[in-house]
Amino acid sequence: MGSPLLEVNDLRIAFPVEGRMTEAVRGTSFSLDQGEVVGLLGESGSGKSVSALAIMGLIAPPGAITAGTIWFNGRDLRTLNEAALRKVRGREISIVFQDPQTTFNPSLTIGSQLLHVIRTHTSRTKAEAKKRALEVLELVGLPHPSRVMRCYPHQLSGGMRQRTSIGMALACEPTLLIADEPTTALDVTIQAQMVELFRQLQDELNVTTLYITHNLDLMAELCDRAIVMYGGMIVEAGTVQDLFENPRHPYTRMLTDCVPRLDVEECELTVIPGMPPALGSIKGGCPFEPRCPLAFEKCRQTCPAEEAIGGHRFSCWEGER
Amino acid sequence: MSETLLLELQEVSKIFNVDPNPLKRSLGIGQKLCAVDQFSLRVTKGNIIGLVGESGCGKSTTALLIVKLLNVSKGTILYRGQNITEATGTKMRPFRERVQMVFQDSSSALNPRKTVKRTLLEALRRRFGRTPDLEGKAIELLAVTGLGPEILPRYPHALSGGQRQRVGIARALAMEPEFIILDEPVSALDVSLQAQVIKILKGLSQERDLTMMFISHDLALVNHLCNQIVVMYAGRVVETGSPDEVMRQTAHPYTKALIAAVPRGLRGRREPLPVLVGNVERSGEGCNFAPRCPKALPICREIVPREISLTGQHKVACHLLDEGKGP
Repeated sequence: MGSPLLEVNDLRIAFPVEGRMTEAVRGTSFSLDQGEVVGLLGESGSGKSVSALAIMGLIAPPGAITAGTIWFNGRDLRTLNEAALRKVRGREISIVFQDPQTTFNPSLTIGSQLLHVIRTHTSRTKAEAKKRALEVLELVGLPHPSRVMRCYPHQLSGGMRQRTSIGMALACEPTLLIADEPTTALDVTIQAQMVELFRQLQDELNVTTLYITHNLDLMAELCDRAIVMYGGMIVEAGTVQDLFENPRHPYTRMLTDCVPRLDVEECELTVIPGMPPALGSIKGGCPFEPRCPLAFEKCRQTCPAEEAIGGHRFSCWEGER
Repeated sequence: MSETLLLELQEVSKIFNVDPNPLKRSLGIGQKLCAVDQFSLRVTKGNIIGLVGESGCGKSTTALLIVKLLNVSKGTILYRGQNITEATGTKMRPFRERVQMVFQDSSSALNPRKTVKRTLLEALRRRFGRTPDLEGKAIELLAVTGLGPEILPRYPHALSGGQRQRVGIARALAMEPEFIILDEPVSALDVSLQAQVIKILKGLSQERDLTMMFISHDLALVNHLCNQIVVMYAGRVVETGSPDEVMRQTAHPYTKALIAAVPRGLRGRREPLPVLVGNVERSGEGCNFAPRCPKALPICREIVPREISLTGQHKVACHLLDEGKGP
C-alpha cells in the first residue's frame, strides 16, 4: 500500500476568544490510505469540520493553523502558497458541504457553475467541459442532466441539489473527497438515496473519502475505519468493528447508547450529563472528564496518553484505575 | 390513563394558493396546494402523539392549524368538545393558555432582545398575575428542564442550542398547559443533548400527566417516546396506531419504506438500503403515494383509499389492504 494518501500530524487550529488564541483542534493525528472510507465522528464543536477545512486550506483569519503538518500526496499542504493551494483544492481534494442550499451561487445556473469548476481546473475546451458536466450529473443519478444544467439551484429539490454538489465535487476526478455531513439536512428517504450513491461511487471510482457525520449508524454503514473526536482531540480511532463491538472510550460507548434504535423495543436512553465543552473551557485533564461517569482524580489532572492495540487507538485512563 | 378527549380534528384541510401569478394568488384562483388533506385525529389526555413524515408532508402545517396560527380551510377543530375553528380574540384565550407550542428553531422562537428572565416572567405574569416570587417559579421551571438559575440574566444569543431549546420548553410550561405541541424540538441538537431533552419530556408526561404532540422525522425517536404514531404522506394520514403496531406490524408500503431507510449501523453494512424513487407528488386523484409505491394497483391511481381499521388502534389507508382488493 505504501505511504498513506493523507497524513495529518499533530494538527492544532486556534481561534481568538476574548482576545486570546484558543485551540479548537488540539493536536490530532490521523491518516487515510488510498481508496479508504474513513468516518470522522463527533458532536458540534468537537473540531471535526474545522479539521476538514484545514485540510482544504480554508481556515480563514483570525483563525489559524498553529502547528502540525498535513501531508498529501508527498507534499505538506501547509507550506504551499495560495496559488498552489488553489490547484489542489477542487482538483485533487474536493469537499461536499452539509447544506446544499448554500453550496451554489443562487444567481447562476447549475450548468455555468459546473463548467466554471471544470474549466478552471482542467484544460478541457468548452464542449469537452460540457460533456464532462453531463457525465458527472448522470453519474450521481440525476434523471435529466441537460435539464438540470439549465436550472437555477432553487429549482432543484434538496436531494437533487445535494446530488449535484456531489457531482460538482467529483467533476475533476479528485483523489480525496471530504464529505461534511452531506445528509444531515436531508430526509431519511433521501439520506438512504445518498448512502446508496456514496456506496456506488466507492465501487466505481474508488475515491478516498473522509466522511464527517454525527450519526454512528450511518457511519457504520459506509465507512471502513472511524475517528471519534471530542473537545478538539481524537478520543478513539479504529475499524468500525472495533468501535461498535469493543468501544474503549466511555464517550464512544455512551454515544452508541444515547440514540434510540428502531429494532430495540423498550430501552432506557443513556443520558450524557452536561454539555460539550465550550471553546477554551478545557483545562489540563481529559476533555470528557466533566461528563464522564468513570472519571477519577488522574483524569482531572493529566490528559490521557494515547494507547494502541493494533490499529485501535484510544485515549483514556480507565485501564489504570 | 384517563380517557378524556382533549383535541379532536375532523377532516381538517388547509389549502394554500400557490399560483405563480400574484394576482391570481390573491384572488384565490389558479394553482392550489392542499398541504393538509382531510386530517382527522383524536387526542386523549396523557397521550404522547408522534407525527412523522418527510419534509413537506404537512406535519408542521397541522401543528400551526391546531394552535390557530393558520386558519383551516375546511373541517372542524374541537377542544374539550368546544368548537374553536372560528373562535378569535377573547374566546381563544382560555384555549391558548391550555395549549402551548415549542418551535423547531429555538433561536427565532425567543426574542433576542429579552433576557431569559424577562421571557419567562412575561409568561408567568400572564398565568399568575402580579404575585410575589414569580422569579422563584421561573427558577423552578428552569430546574424542571435541567437548567440552573445562572442563565436567567442571559440573552438568547449567549445560550447554546440545547439551552435555548430548553428555555423554549420552560416558557411553554410556564402557562401550566395541559397540551404541548413540539415541532421537531430536538432535530437541531447534538445526539447527547437530544437524549437529555427526550428524557425531560418523558418525565414531564409522567409527572404532570401532560399531553403532547411530538412532530419529528426521526422514526426511532418517535418510537421511543410516543404511545401513538401518525404517519403522514403528502398531506394525508397513511397509517396510525401504537408504536408496536406501526413499527413492527407495519401495514402501509410508505411506512415500510420509511423504516427501511433508517441506517442500521453494522448490521446494515453489506445490505443495500431500499431506495424510494421519485419525488413527492400530489395528484389529487387516487393515493398520493401511488406513483412511488412498488405495489401500486390500477385502482390506487384512481380512488383515494379510505381508512380501514386493522387490530386495536391500528388504522391504515391503503387499497392493498382493503378487503377483496388486496393481492
